[in-house]
Amino acid sequence: METLTQTNDFKLSPKDFAPDMDVKWCPGCGDYSILKQVQTVFPELGVPKENFVFISGIGCSSRFTYYMDTYGMHSIHGRAAAIASGVKAANPDLSVWIISGDGDALSIGGNHFIHLMRKNFDVNYLLFNNQIYSLTKGQYSPTSEKGKITKTSPYGSIEEPFNPAELALGAKASFVARTQDRDPKQMQTVLKRAHQHKGTSFVEVYQNCPVFNDGAFFAFSDKETKKEEALFLEHGKPLIFGEHNQKGIRLNGLVPEIFDVNDECHNDLWVHDEKDKTKANLIARFFDTTFAGVHFPRPFGVIYADERPTYDESLTDLSKKVAYRAGKTPLGKILSGDKTWTIL
Amino acid sequence: MEAVEKKLQVKQVDKVVVRFTGDSGDGMQLTGMQFTDTAALLGNDLSTFPDYPSEIRAPQGTVAGVSGFQVHFGSTEIYTPGDQYDVLVAMNAAALKVDLPRLKRGGIIIANTQGFDAKNLLLAKYPEGANPLENGSLDNYIVHKVDVTRLTKECLVGSGLGTKEIDRSKNMFVLGLLFWMFDKQLAYTVNFIREKFAKKPEIADANIKVLQAGWNYGENTEIFPTQFKVAPAKLPPGTYRNITGNQATAIGLVAAAEKAALPLFIGSYPITPATDILQELSKYKANDIKTFQAEDEIAGICSAIGASYVGDLAVTTTSGPGMSLKTEALGLATMLELPLVVVNVQRGGPSTGLPTKTEQADLLQAMYGRHGEAPLPVLAAHSPSDCFDTIFEACKLAVEHMTPVIFLSDGYIANGSEPWRFPAVEDLADITPRFLEKLPEGEKLLPYKRDELFVRSWIKPGTSGLEHRIGGLEKQADTGNVSYDPLNHEKMVRLRATKVKKIEDLIPLALPDSGREGARLVVLGWGSTYGAIKTAVKELLQEGFDVAHVHLRHINPFPKNLGELLHNFNHVLIPEMNSGQLLQLIRAKFLLPATGYSKVQGLPFTTIELKEKILELLNA
Repeated sequence: METLTQTNDFKLSPKDFAPDMDVKWCPGCGDYSILKQVQTVFPELGVPKENFVFISGIGCSSRFTYYMDTYGMHSIHGRAAAIASGVKAANPDLSVWIISGDGDALSIGGNHFIHLMRKNFDVNYLLFNNQIYSLTKGQYSPTSEKGKITKTSPYGSIEEPFNPAELALGAKASFVARTQDRDPKQMQTVLKRAHQHKGTSFVEVYQNCPVFNDGAFFAFSDKETKKEEALFLEHGKPLIFGEHNQKGIRLNGLVPEIFDVNDECHNDLWVHDEKDKTKANLIARFFDTTFAGVHFPRPFGVIYADERPTYDESLTDLSKKVAYRAGKTPLGKILSGDKTWTIL
Repeated sequence: MEAVEKKLQVKQVDKVVVRFTGDSGDGMQLTGMQFTDTAALLGNDLSTFPDYPSEIRAPQGTVAGVSGFQVHFGSTEIYTPGDQYDVLVAMNAAALKVDLPRLKRGGIIIANTQGFDAKNLLLAKYPEGANPLENGSLDNYIVHKVDVTRLTKECLVGSGLGTKEIDRSKNMFVLGLLFWMFDKQLAYTVNFIREKFAKKPEIADANIKVLQAGWNYGENTEIFPTQFKVAPAKLPPGTYRNITGNQATAIGLVAAAEKAALPLFIGSYPITPATDILQELSKYKANDIKTFQAEDEIAGICSAIGASYVGDLAVTTTSGPGMSLKTEALGLATMLELPLVVVNVQRGGPSTGLPTKTEQADLLQAMYGRHGEAPLPVLAAHSPSDCFDTIFEACKLAVEHMTPVIFLSDGYIANGSEPWRFPAVEDLADITPRFLEKLPEGEKLLPYKRDELFVRSWIKPGTSGLEHRIGGLEKQADTGNVSYDPLNHEKMVRLRATKVKKIEDLIPLALPDSGREGARLVVLGWGSTYGAIKTAVKELLQEGFDVAHVHLRHINPFPKNLGELLHNFNHVLIPEMNSGQLLQLIRAKFLLPATGYSKVQGLPFTTIELKEKILELLNA
């Protein structure tokens, strides 16, 4: 990492990233935890403070920008990804962080979301998913589960929700991870990985909205249920979960299955390979999909990470290549064009 | 070449309008442009008007697929592509049907006879058995029937080219013939063909052969008894090039970026008729120009806002429907107070409307088409080459006043071309960005502190010690912190408006372009109506009428003296290719009983129409 060499030049602490203003999220909001983890991790990234830029859209999540003492723009609904594209294209040296919510990213901003993943700008995308529209006081969102009762769906929502990780992979994201507000340690690890990854790093953060959708993700963090319901991924480690880590996951052809590692030979345990897109696609589908009628735990951690040329790098390279081959055209030449005539 | 004795009459003419018309696939645009370039190089003043359908290849032979290119060239000053043409080159029956109505009585028709066979007549929906070339309906014109298709084929016998390729070169025959008719050399087009087909010399040879054959046909056959000579125009001395409005807009942006010493960023989504600008700029990657083909119109402007935030001269280009999509983000740019140039090459609307035709109906949208109170400067170019000066000024205002600026052009001048005495680099004005790199000793950071022109500083991310947040929420004056204070909001609304209004102190006063101040009638125009108004008013002045012409580049703010100036005339006539939008602005602002003259046909005004309207008012 080129930035590591800079760590000696300056020392930052989490306090350096906390601006002199009150944070105005509701008490108990999951956003506080995310803010805390970001402020904790940032001093360790080796980036000068002035090179961080936050771009957010609209929604509770997007207020995040105001609470980081860096450069930042709280923009318009759904467009953070598009604005960030311009920021990164114009100045590739900046460390760009997009903050968005489930409505902002996947509903009104869906088009920018998929194209950002495809273009692979070297930016970080944190999607705070609370499965509800909170700033407008409780309507269903594109990630709300089917049947959800909200103010605009008093008889239950009739829509299928998006699975953001699956969508991101389908849109050619080069880094896809999932974490949750109630798991600070894992979130910090994931944030660091997102920063290190060259390309668009998509991080879905399960975030509790205590007012409009309280407890939506508690099953993945409560002591009693977490071991059965959550699967923690680590590169090179097998897919194991369960109260006593007794449940393993393996592939039977193209179908994942759960088996008891104590009962059966576990040579065929599925070992997580972040670079395997085919398997990442399957892991991402441990969501509402059951395989052969079996319910699967929800995966957390880095689901997929594989680098490919970034947009900003390719753009810079192309300009250099053209400049090398043809040279800069002097303005006078551009003004005159190829064909001129003179009147005396 | 066979020596043939021929009685040749040579006529000197001041100006001529030629219309090349044919099927979309007949290459009429290229033919017209080649003819234009040659005329320009030989010193004629000129103006062109490409007129093509929105379908790329509409069903062959139908009126929907007719593509025309009109060029008006002369030894005198030319301001419009001409109301009516002297010569109509029609490659098929549909083309004749579409374009005949605007051929002058007694004008010349050159018709490709194979385009008038039974099949083509049927496709063009002529009544059964009626061939206009044969039934006497063209008796008021001079008709030259030429079997271009057959002559081209004969010329390329043994060339080894396929039927399709041979058929494709028939436009070169017509071009060669026209070059002969107007005594123009082939050299420029021969060079062009050699360059274009450098990798396919056999195609280059074939095209040149056909071009020469067309010329010889004029020279050697008895069919064409007259050759016309159009002397070079007496244009101001200097070096010229030919330029379209879109080209001028593109290079105006390049020039402004260089003069501001800023990288240029263009975030755009392709849309007719603005796409050329993005395409043109894509060529200059080596010049610190970044072109970003965004996923949609919204991403176009948003990426530009992002680039502007970090210190680029940022631009987004579009046409009406795209403009509608960008308006939310324009509100953000206004709120943030960042430089941004928005190019709207207007076309017929609303909705998809007439995508390849021209209109000026987005003026009120440019003025008011945003949520909230969001004034911003609006500038309009009046001719192809004026796009350069106007976009350059738009960039200067955006950068120096930290504001989004809307630049209006339209399909007519965007695609039309004219000779341009381009400026020298050193004659271009400087553009001074207001970057803040470091705070003066002891001063607190106030991102929205203003100077005497009410302009804030431009603080780029990456600048150490000046970290701060900006956003779409209302800001406290000076600090830029979020503020919901009622009085602060009103204050900020006024501050942003005053910043734009202050620009009127820096722009030139309005003056008559022709005619005298206080004349009986003034024609007030904006945008692409310039050429037609100028021609009409000049002719009326010559005929002794007391008329004048004032043309606006600055629509917001208006030149400071505009109200006073207009009150000096007895009548104010405002012709517009809309239902009277500038008219509303002028009436509302200056309480003037101005008269509108509206044309909303996707076509520019003709000089004749304008003269008639002016005379009607003068005689009333």
